[in-house]
Amino acid sequence: MSPLVVGITVFVLASFVGLELISKVPPTLHTPLMSGANAISGITIIGALTSAGLGRSGLAQVLGFLAVVTATINVVGGFLVTDRMLEMFKSRSARRTGSDG
Amino acid sequence: MVEILYLAAAVAFIVGLKQLGSPRTARSGNRIAALGMLAVIIITLVTEDVVNWVTIGAGLAVGTALGAWFAVRVQMTSMPQMVAAFNGFGGLASALVAAVAVVEVDLGSIPPETSVALLASLIIGAVTFTGSFVAFAKLQGILPGRPLLFPGQNVANGLLLAAMVGIAIRAGVRAEALSYWTVGGIALLMGILAVIPIGGADMPVVISLLNSFSGLAAAAAGFAIESNPLIIGGALVGAAGLILTVQMTEAMNRSLANVLFAGFGSGAATATDSTIGERPVKRATAEDVAIALRYAQSVIFVPGYGLAVAQAQHALRELADALEEEGVDVQYAIHPVAGRMPGHMNVLLAEADVPYEQLLDLEQADPRFAHTDVVLILGANDVVNTSARDDPSSPIYGMPILNVDRAGQVIVVKRSLSPGFAGIDNPIFYEDKTLMFFSDAKAALEETLKALKEL
Repeated sequence: MSPLVVGITVFVLASFVGLELISKVPPTLHTPLMSGANAISGITIIGALTSAGLGRSGLAQVLGFLAVVTATINVVGGFLVTDRMLEMFKSRSARRTGSDG
Repeated sequence: MVEILYLAAAVAFIVGLKQLGSPRTARSGNRIAALGMLAVIIITLVTEDVVNWVTIGAGLAVGTALGAWFAVRVQMTSMPQMVAAFNGFGGLASALVAAVAVVEVDLGSIPPETSVALLASLIIGAVTFTGSFVAFAKLQGILPGRPLLFPGQNVANGLLLAAMVGIAIRAGVRAEALSYWTVGGIALLMGILAVIPIGGADMPVVISLLNSFSGLAAAAAGFAIESNPLIIGGALVGAAGLILTVQMTEAMNRSLANVLFAGFGSGAATATDSTIGERPVKRATAEDVAIALRYAQSVIFVPGYGLAVAQAQHALRELADALEEEGVDVQYAIHPVAGRMPGHMNVLLAEADVPYEQLLDLEQADPRFAHTDVVLILGANDVVNTSARDDPSSPIYGMPILNVDRAGQVIVVKRSLSPGFAGIDNPIFYEDKTLMFFSDAKAALEETLKALKEL
């Protein structure tokens, strides 16, 4: 198979996995889920690192640098902020056993 | 071998997303996905023929510092605009990846599918970037939340879209860099124009849709540089964002097209302005509210955006604890679109250590109102507006609401009688069983708690 056909196959299958994964989520978790999914979309950092690593002209270097910066903000900020949100989800039992919260 | 390592990272994303869907496993799911991302970054750095280590190192350092700083500093109430901003950065990154390729690659020698992928990455990334930051500005109050409309807007957008497609085809066929840049510029403009006419109340839908877009932009970049992990991650997010978007529009009983193109909420306020403030309401003091709550058997709190703005989630939790000590049964009814994003209110209440077992969603809450003594509404309006149920001429007619008017008594804490975000008056304020407590949500809760302790 050509890379294009492989790519399309992967895209279609991954899309269906995504649809199945998300359709059963309680509303409580929609915001953290959106935030976590958003962090995963920072996967474009692969492209950013590749571009920045290979860029030869000055313009490509600048654009590549900005791509790495913005993708990294998306990844690091996205995962951290999701963790901050989820840290606060505690059940009643966790509240009792936890230190005086 | 590298492909196998990337596959492991892709599995981490899938497992992570799966675990993010359950309260017990959500946190570890996020961490698994983060580990997958770390692995991807390391694999990429090790295996690509990197020549510009300084550029990459500096970029990673600056991005990490900024991202961490934003993430640690942001308040929970500002979470929707924070997600919008992060999303905008992700879209910009995908557009920049395409831009680097346009600069570096010999455009005449690339196959047609690569130019299509480059253009898609450039367009979707740019639209995501500016669209997300307009959404950010609206939620942050930098831009007005109301829809900004001008005559012929949809026609102008349609013409712009047609021009962009035309130039994109030219860019691909003639292999001209200038056409690529023009397409990118138009896409930036379109992101702004697409979000500007949408009201602030609909921003959650827009952010969710743009989240889906940022995934598609990443997937397009994946096609452009032939990277399967990029395609997998992008497609997962594209599908996830789409499902969330559909669920949100369903919660509001509107179609996606209606959200995006109707300029919702711009005309409604003028239609109902004349009736606001002319009908009598029953005013209550903190003491009245404290007595009503203290001698009720069951109380349901209905928090809305006003609670979030006033940072009153902790005060609410303290009042709830005091009532529980008195033997009052306390629960919280959360409308799917309460706050500014689905689940936003749950996050705020979780921040205040409210156990999630006490949170009722729309379906769980509905049968309970008829058996509930007191409903306390805190800065919520549209989600309890009975005109959505009873008045076919109302712009929000058909939106599922929390039927609070079926409870024994309704107390509304609100700063004034002004209509809610959608600009629609609420008949429930004028009902006999309704008490209006005009105050900031936090002050109201603190005063009520004080009054409760003095009873």
